[in-house]
Amino acid sequence: MKSLILGTAIAAFTGTLAFAETTVRLGTEGAYAPWNFLNDAGEVDGFERELGDELCTRAELTCEWVTNEWDSIIPNLTSGNYDAIIAGMSITDERDEVIDFTQPYTPPDPSAYVALSTDVDLASGVIAAQATTIQAAFIADQGWTVIEFATPEETVAAVRNGEADAVLADKSFLDTVVDDQLVMLERSEAIGGGVGLGLRESDTELRDKFDAAIQSMKDDGTLNTMIAKWEVASQW
Amino acid sequence: MFSYCTDPSTLEGLSWLSCYLSTGKHMAFYASFGTVLLLLAITAPTALLFGLGGAVAARASFAPLSWFGRGYIAIVRGVPDIAFFLFFVIALDQGIEWLRHKVKCPDWSEPIRQGSDFLVCDIAKMPLSASPQWVHEIYGFWLAILTFAIVFGAFAANVIYGAMQAVPRAQLETAAAYGLNPRQTFRRILLPQMWSFALPGLSNLWMVLIKATPLLFLLGVEDIVYWARELGGTKNARFTDYPHGDWRMWYFLALLVFYLGFTKVSEMVLSRITVRLSRGQATVAGEALRKAKG
Repeated sequence: MKSLILGTAIAAFTGTLAFAETTVRLGTEGAYAPWNFLNDAGEVDGFERELGDELCTRAELTCEWVTNEWDSIIPNLTSGNYDAIIAGMSITDERDEVIDFTQPYTPPDPSAYVALSTDVDLASGVIAAQATTIQAAFIADQGWTVIEFATPEETVAAVRNGEADAVLADKSFLDTVVDDQLVMLERSEAIGGGVGLGLRESDTELRDKFDAAIQSMKDDGTLNTMIAKWEVASQW
Repeated sequence: MFSYCTDPSTLEGLSWLSCYLSTGKHMAFYASFGTVLLLLAITAPTALLFGLGGAVAARASFAPLSWFGRGYIAIVRGVPDIAFFLFFVIALDQGIEWLRHKVKCPDWSEPIRQGSDFLVCDIAKMPLSASPQWVHEIYGFWLAILTFAIVFGAFAANVIYGAMQAVPRAQLETAAAYGLNPRQTFRRILLPQMWSFALPGLSNLWMVLIKATPLLFLLGVEDIVYWARELGGTKNARFTDYPHGDWRMWYFLALLVFYLGFTKVSEMVLSRITVRLSRGQATVAGEALRKAKG
């Protein structure tokens, strides 16, 4: 009898939660303009904010935004603190072993270098990159000297104050930091396989929903409009 | 916030600054000072309680309790803070969810660990995914308090344990001779005298605790250092009404002033407490007070 009551109680409880169950928590970094950043009001803003909100509308999900530092963004996904990563994360094999990705929402885009002058020698210099990014891995693979920082802001600051000779990052991000002091090098690197939403491997249902929503945005051209608006990558 | 702030690009000087410093983001920055102070206000007494409990347990004559007390002190003091903060909080959070999962979803057949994923049923999530963001933040804040209290409690336990040993044995023997039972001796003789020996060590801990608050960000609580870094970073005119260069130095300077001011006030308060606790004690400080009163 007791278990019967308990069972009914749980059923009733889950019943009332049926609506709320579709709340999806989106984790982002909030420090990587124009992809994601905090606006003056302190809210998550940028290309991925607009994209994420649109995807959630199309997939009929209620979404909530959470910020998390880049370093621990994957562990916090797998332990369930949020349900999806939408943080300009390139789809790579290493990451794919731990988490799952949706289809890419931006095509692979080159990474660029920014330095104080154009005549910097990359092979013998020190190159800054954000820790655990495809760029940091790329520099290490080349056998060059890499210096890693926790946030994108610090990688650029390291070039300004002479700690590093150049910084390697997504071109769209570096476009926003170039000024009268910093210049972008001609050379660029084609690394990464496009940017997608990161999800837990067990969360196939959510992945399918987001996949369908991304596909529908690709089909009707709204994704291209959004990419052009925020200047994050080339278009589909 | 102010009516003239609608178009910041036309503003200059003080009026620009007043608008800049009153953006929503800055409000969050100011609020985070409150978060840090609240954390300290709750953590300090909790850690003291943990410390007292640990010290009493370590001194207990009942062997398992004593082992527990000594084990707590030795393990927590020996593990690096950062490792403890990263590991323990995740373990604690998952432990809570695992327990709730066992109670609430007994019919669940899928494994909880799938590869690197930690999966419990939806109603066992802590807090529920559907809860608003502030519930998640408060939950994270309490986890932080508990973690800080456990870490600093272990250090406090060691200080208090030493202080209890430092109370002159003659005092306790005299208490016994007057017919006080062990419990009365503890409450009336040992505990009051212990504080004056423990205070220098505890005041050290308090200072370290103040400076350890930036560890909060490891736990996902947005503290003053996080906001200073975020606000001070270069801001491009494309994404903000208040573009500026790398101003992190100024924000960190403000934090420096805050921390120095706060530790200064703490020192003043602690020295008053030291005087108050030395009154009537059989120590050098207590003797000096007695002579001064003359």
